Amino acid sequence: MQSLIWLAIALPLASSALLLLAGRKADAWGHWVGVAASGGAFLVGLGALLEMLGQPEESRAMVNTLWTFIPGGDLNVDVGLLADPLSITFVLLITFVGTLIHVYSVAYMEHDPDRRRFFAYLNLFVAAMLLLVLADSFLLLFVGWEGVGLASYLLIGFWNSKPEYATAANKAFFVNRIGDIGLIIAMGLMFATFGALDFSTVFAQAPEATTAQLTAIGLMLLVAACGKSAQFPLQSWLGDAMAGPTPVSALIHAATMVTAGVYLIVRSAPIFSGAPDAQVVVAAVGAFTLLLGAFIGMAKDDIKKALAASTMSQIGYMMLAAGLGPIGYAFAIFHLVTHGFFKAGMFLGAGSVMHAMNDQVDMRRYGALRGAMMVTWITFGLGWLAILGVPPFSGYFSKDKIIEAAFVGEGWQPWVFGGAALIGAGLTAFYMSRLFFMTFHGKARWTDDQHPHESPLLMTVPMMILAVGSAFLGLILATGDRFTHWLEPVTGHAEHHDPVLPIPVLIALTLILVAIGAVGAWFKYGRADVPEEAPAASLVTVAARSDFFQDSVNRAVAQRPGQHLTRTLVYLDHAVVDGAVNKQARGWANLGEASRRLQSGQVRSYAATMLVGLVIVAVVIVVGGL
Amino acid sequence: MTFTTPEIAWAPLAPIIIVLGAASIGVLIEAFVRTPATRRTVQLILGLVSMAAALGTLAVQWASLDGAGTQVMRLMLTVDRQALAWQSVILVFGLLGILLFASRTRSGETAFTPLGAATPGSIEETLARRRGLEVTEVFPLLLFAVGGMMLFTCVTDYIFLFVALEVFSLALYIMVALARRRRLMSHEAALKYFLLGAFSSAIYLFGVALVYGATTQTSFAAVGRAIDVISDRDGLLLAGVVLILVGLLFKIGAVPFHSWTPDAYQGAPTPVTAFMGAATKAAATAALVRILYTSLHPLEWEISWMLWATAIASMALGTVLALVQTNVKRMLAYSSVAHAGFILVAFAGLTAEAVVALPFYLLAYGLATIGAFAVVSQVRERTEDGAVGAEAVRLGQWAGLGKRSPLLAGAMSLFLLSFAGIPLTAGFIGKFEVFSAAVAGGGWPLVLIAVIASAIAAFFYVRLVVLMFLTDVPEGAEDSIEVDDSPLTRFVVVVTAAAVLVLGILPAGALNLFENAAQFLVTANG
Repeated sequence: MQSLIWLAIALPLASSALLLLAGRKADAWGHWVGVAASGGAFLVGLGALLEMLGQPEESRAMVNTLWTFIPGGDLNVDVGLLADPLSITFVLLITFVGTLIHVYSVAYMEHDPDRRRFFAYLNLFVAAMLLLVLADSFLLLFVGWEGVGLASYLLIGFWNSKPEYATAANKAFFVNRIGDIGLIIAMGLMFATFGALDFSTVFAQAPEATTAQLTAIGLMLLVAACGKSAQFPLQSWLGDAMAGPTPVSALIHAATMVTAGVYLIVRSAPIFSGAPDAQVVVAAVGAFTLLLGAFIGMAKDDIKKALAASTMSQIGYMMLAAGLGPIGYAFAIFHLVTHGFFKAGMFLGAGSVMHAMNDQVDMRRYGALRGAMMVTWITFGLGWLAILGVPPFSGYFSKDKIIEAAFVGEGWQPWVFGGAALIGAGLTAFYMSRLFFMTFHGKARWTDDQHPHESPLLMTVPMMILAVGSAFLGLILATGDRFTHWLEPVTGHAEHHDPVLPIPVLIALTLILVAIGAVGAWFKYGRADVPEEAPAASLVTVAARSDFFQDSVNRAVAQRPGQHLTRTLVYLDHAVVDGAVNKQARGWANLGEASRRLQSGQVRSYAATMLVGLVIVAVVIVVGGL
Repeated sequence: MTFTTPEIAWAPLAPIIIVLGAASIGVLIEAFVRTPATRRTVQLILGLVSMAAALGTLAVQWASLDGAGTQVMRLMLTVDRQALAWQSVILVFGLLGILLFASRTRSGETAFTPLGAATPGSIEETLARRRGLEVTEVFPLLLFAVGGMMLFTCVTDYIFLFVALEVFSLALYIMVALARRRRLMSHEAALKYFLLGAFSSAIYLFGVALVYGATTQTSFAAVGRAIDVISDRDGLLLAGVVLILVGLLFKIGAVPFHSWTPDAYQGAPTPVTAFMGAATKAAATAALVRILYTSLHPLEWEISWMLWATAIASMALGTVLALVQTNVKRMLAYSSVAHAGFILVAFAGLTAEAVVALPFYLLAYGLATIGAFAVVSQVRERTEDGAVGAEAVRLGQWAGLGKRSPLLAGAMSLFLLSFAGIPLTAGFIGKFEVFSAAVAGGGWPLVLIAVIASAIAAFFYVRLVVLMFLTDVPEGAEDSIEVDDSPLTRFVVVVTAAAVLVLGILPAGALNLFENAAQFLVTANG
């Protein structure tokens, strides 16, 4: 199946095209086509995995060159797909979680008249995301990168009849453009340095490049990753992206697309290994974002925005791990996979709650939903335990490893990065428990017309499957370091290093902080009464509620100067560029008007013109030449 | 003194003989077939069949040509692939032209006056129109013109070249005078064309006389050899050469010998303008190529600046004057002057590439010209009683044509873009080939000017496109314009548009053909 991996992209792409072109005729059955396409892609990926497992480790990577994309003298770009352990991991995550979310969406979007279009976009997303992770060159990766950006834009703005949703889609798109430009510059630098854009050539030549070149490329790749993965300072779009339907938030803005930045960093490992400065910046961005996201998460009352902040924070963990080099790569991907399960599960749970509460998103109007929605409570609870990192649930195996790895090193780095990761764990426990208790426990603070009920099976079954994953996937993959071993052909083998603190101490510290966070949240939001309106709070909370004024900052730093710049340019274009063109055009027209007089309409003057011309030519040639 | 009958190899002349013979038969038909409608049908069929037969004969000759070609009547005529290629191009223009000549409006009127001899606006003219008379002499005239032009491309003797020149010119002078509407303007145009043409013929003949005086030769090859022998630069020879070239530049329409072009293009019946614009330029270019490459090439250094100067003057003046025209036909006329300049650009350095580029350029230009004038002949004013009136040639009247007739306006846009040299049209390939030939010959300053001129020229071509598609029909003028629907003209428009596109996208076939044709037969003997 490895050589047929292109089918995984082709199936959802074809389905997307079919659903978009078939129009209203496909309304009745279109969503099932979408589900089947996504499921088919999963089966292809599964086949590839099984085939790969049967091969010796060193020959697991396989490049399928499909056709030549851009033939050119110095630049030959082939369209090729790279199936190796890393990309297959992503393929399985994307298609498995994707298929579950497709199924969930069948029920969730049942009453939406545009459900077929929704599935077309979802399929488009799956195809683009698979292209992103299967590409064997940065250029092809960029095609997928832009494709998921487009799908994300279309899906955030799916209900674009509401202006603020359309604005949110635009915002996501614009902020992502900044990241895209980073990727374009990185590709330009690579082409200048290596003369190629395919992974094998670039990575083979990377050790020969200078540190400065590699650092520049690495930082530009980081800019790209920050845009797509909502890392500081390009994080502002993710909260607004929650305007999209909840399955979209679960699939794109939690489990898959936003992790593309992490994928990019891990895939570009050979470049970063030659650029330690760039690596430190990656880790620093991750550490900062994980704390930033955690603080925002503590202040949000909108359940989806709180989950979005949590996503930002968790990707910060992955970014931090990716910035640690070979010892962190495998854990970054490991956490990415487990996070994909439990966060998608919790988003679906949130969707189920919203479904039950007439699309209410304010957690201050929830409470005591446990009784009404037992399945949602259990599945969400498993996700909650997983993200907290309570043993033996998934998050424990992935997040704790990152914390341990962050403490490895010399000088200030282990203390800063490790400390951030450790504190982040406590904060995570607090805000996730706050979310969990405010939603499912305490007193009911519902509005009068709300009658919560459990969601249909089409929605709860995917939630249950994801919950099982949240609970046990970490344990299964961590046993015997199975997962890190599996990724070794790509991420390289990492020597074991001892953290600056002993591992048992770290585990104990982490668990204590998590317990403090969770218990604190229980006292404040579980047992005590939660006010229905957000109370006046400290300056920090107010700042966190408004995402630390990110929009104001962006407006002041980027938007206003940008507007001034464009206005000036428009003026200059009008006055100088157009002015020059128009002036000289008028000059030509005047010249025409003047020479028009020569054409008097009188045949004698015509003959005279000929004669004069003839005489001039003859005189110059005959007399001048002699 | 005994005369020996000259040995004439008739077979290589078969295509020309077929066309000129058909023209003569056409004159007889004028005398013997009395009903105008029947006469027109018979003439059209005769013209089509004879030109198609000539084309077929050409193809056979092309395939069976042994060696470089054949000399006919000692050094008078040379039938080589170069000549065959140009003759085919002219025949294609002739075939398209005759279809335009035969087409009629919905109300059944042709583009030609019912009685050429009648005074405009006189009783005789009205009577002739009422009786449904038709000047079907235009068909044999067209055949004479085509035959003369074909001859023009294969003649290799300066005196005989003059004969061929007059054969097609006289036919053209008459056809220009036969417009149905705006008769006075048509007469005026024909008279001007005739007077200036006679003037240029005189100049040409004078030049031939001087060259004969200097070299005692009249055949191309012999003159060429004689020039080689003359060691110092002979004033008599140079003056003669200049005069000969002026005669040809007049036919191409290069500045400052272009004055007839706008008036003749505007006054002539539009089908005649279409044919004349395409075919005359091709024939004159063919002769110029042959003369420059087989006869005057030893003087390349002396005459090159003359060609450069006329090329620059033509491009500059043609372009700026086209900018300010408000009449579609005049605008296209000045555009043809600018194109004459582009054609002359190719002669920079007399490269081998130019011999391939020029036939292609002329083919592309001619197809677009015929198509464009065919469109012009379809856009009509509506008279007050609702009948189809004269052609709407004011630019403003074309506003919103895209809504009235997307097919015509789309085809017209294609032709205009081809004139402008926009990629995916034949005009682009033609310009590209011509310019690269000039660059290869060291004429890059010329090419630079040509590119600038093309950029300026794009303005007035695109302006018409904008007018047709992006401008609304003026208020109250909705009924003033009518798009006439004549099947023959429509057919010509579609065929030329398709050809312009095909040559623009897949030019390889035609270019290969012209590459095979890029050799001259220059024999020493005779």
